[in-house]
Amino acid sequence: MTLAIALRHQFPTTAVDMAFEVPSPGVTVLFGPSGSGKSTVINAAAGLLRPDRCRIAVDDQVLADTDAGIWLPPEKRHVGLVFQDSRLFPHMSVETNLRFGLRRSGGGPIPFDSVIDLLGIGALLRRRPHTLSGGERQRVAIGRALLAQPRLLLMDEPLASLDAARKAEIMPFLTRLKTSLKLPILYVTHSLEEVAHLADSLVLIEAGRVAAHGPAPNVAARADLLLGQRDDAGGIVPCTVESHDSQRLLTSLHGGGTSFLVPLMDAPLGAPCRIRIPAREVILASLPPQGISLHNIITCRVRQTAPDPAGQTAMVELALPDGALLSRVTADAVGRLALRPGTPVLALIKSTSIEILRE
Amino acid sequence: MRIGNGPGTALADHPPLLPLRHTRPREANGPVRVAGASAAVSLRLYRRYMNLSLSPEEWTAVRLTLEVAARAVGFGLPLAVLTAWVLTRTRFPGRPVLNALVHLPLVLPPVVTGWLLLVLFGVRGPLGALLQHWFGIRLVFTTAGAALACAVMTFPIMVRSIRLSLEAVDPRLEQAARTLGAGRLDRLFSVTLPLASPGILVGAIVAYATCLGEFGAVITFAANIPGETQTLPLAIYAALQVPGGEDKAAQLSLVSLCLALVGLLLSEWFGKRLNRMLGR
Repeated sequence: MTLAIALRHQFPTTAVDMAFEVPSPGVTVLFGPSGSGKSTVINAAAGLLRPDRCRIAVDDQVLADTDAGIWLPPEKRHVGLVFQDSRLFPHMSVETNLRFGLRRSGGGPIPFDSVIDLLGIGALLRRRPHTLSGGERQRVAIGRALLAQPRLLLMDEPLASLDAARKAEIMPFLTRLKTSLKLPILYVTHSLEEVAHLADSLVLIEAGRVAAHGPAPNVAARADLLLGQRDDAGGIVPCTVESHDSQRLLTSLHGGGTSFLVPLMDAPLGAPCRIRIPAREVILASLPPQGISLHNIITCRVRQTAPDPAGQTAMVELALPDGALLSRVTADAVGRLALRPGTPVLALIKSTSIEILRE
Repeated sequence: MRIGNGPGTALADHPPLLPLRHTRPREANGPVRVAGASAAVSLRLYRRYMNLSLSPEEWTAVRLTLEVAARAVGFGLPLAVLTAWVLTRTRFPGRPVLNALVHLPLVLPPVVTGWLLLVLFGVRGPLGALLQHWFGIRLVFTTAGAALACAVMTFPIMVRSIRLSLEAVDPRLEQAARTLGAGRLDRLFSVTLPLASPGILVGAIVAYATCLGEFGAVITFAANIPGETQTLPLAIYAALQVPGGEDKAAQLSLVSLCLALVGLLLSEWFGKRLNRMLGR
């Protein structure tokens, strides 16, 4: 099953022309600078903006196909939308807000109680929206959208208006939501952290066009793209817990066709997780070092190098047997190690530099 | 000729609105006699203006005023909401004309409004004849007619207040309701109107209070018939036209003042309360 979106729209000063197809269910993150057309996709998918031409299909349901003259209005689409500014109805209690879409949907597979549990909003039901904190408001807004029994959930920068602490408060709910609901989710953000935590698929958007799309680990580690050139860029590798070594206090994670050693984790064997390895934490070597504290010496191959505009540093994209990593090194190092596409290298990664993201 | 004479038998004939005698003997037992006794003066002034023991006819005028205002607002409000909604949420060629028509009673001399109503709703008027013919309803010189005159006069007040509050409703909330499956009418009743309710309520209360004082259009269209169309301001006016009617006029004025004050305080209080409920 897939979520397929193709649209073309001419705004007074800019044009949007993009098409992508991603697996459903799953979280697809639309990533790109502001004004690049991410919200156009969201609004067209919700039916709030009618592009000049578009075709939007979720699984087998065609929501819009301007060529065929199909255009479902937003109220008939069953597409949930979570706004950046929550938009709870101020004249209703939290519970009435939550039931607004549920009542109009005539029921469906997502029950009220399970959403309340999932989002931890049981204690808020009698409150009024203006008495809630930003994080609570956003959780209620997510619940309201879910309870309308959508076949597609759109989230337009749902965490952008929250501070770091509130974001951290909501993130676990979002990962739970992702794993417990079998829903296609289209998620707009420009936070790499949210990409790392949530994205199954990644659609990179630049100036109204799709620059790249595909599985998140592949797209995130493309050194030639915007995302891979940021200071905070890094590789994402989906893993499973392979073994625990309680003597050395280490856990071995299997992913990307290789193994990573990290500080001992409290997770059962076989449990899925993701790791994110920031590019600036990856050291490259042509010979295995001796007498070194780090645990992870991973054999890989250079796929490509992308120098930064100033020419002082370069982003090196490294191919794992089944995945990719990024390493930021100086231009001098690229020369000394003769890093060219195809060159075999060793990636040295400290166990403590690996960020573990629970699924 | 009596004040507040009933309508003439010939319906086109307008009943007398004013007594013919305008000259009144002023203050037959005036205050000159009690000059010096200031306490006595105060007591007399007190008795004169603070005496709220109204005669049955005066009570009738008060009750009638409240009834006319209630009917005017009761019928006018839904129409005002609809008009305000049309003016804020739709764009059509005749919109400026509708807008001007709605606001006309605000700038037109009330007598002219009353006269226009007579022309339209008079028994031989285009609308009046239809109403008479189809439903047997006659508006001129009746309580219903007084309510109609009040409704027309206060219509712009209601529309303005409702329009302002409709414009203040965040369209993004209506958008949210839309993505949650609410159709056009559903959104109007579940989101738009509840959010505009402070303006609607305040508009209704202010319009009600204004109805209590409506004079020109009512006396022109509905005449000054005690027990039927003689509302408080008309009764006050009538009282001032007869010798010795000052005390009565003062009493009725005081009632009028109290009602207006209560109306304004109520609108303030309700408005605040509703806004608080909406978390503003």
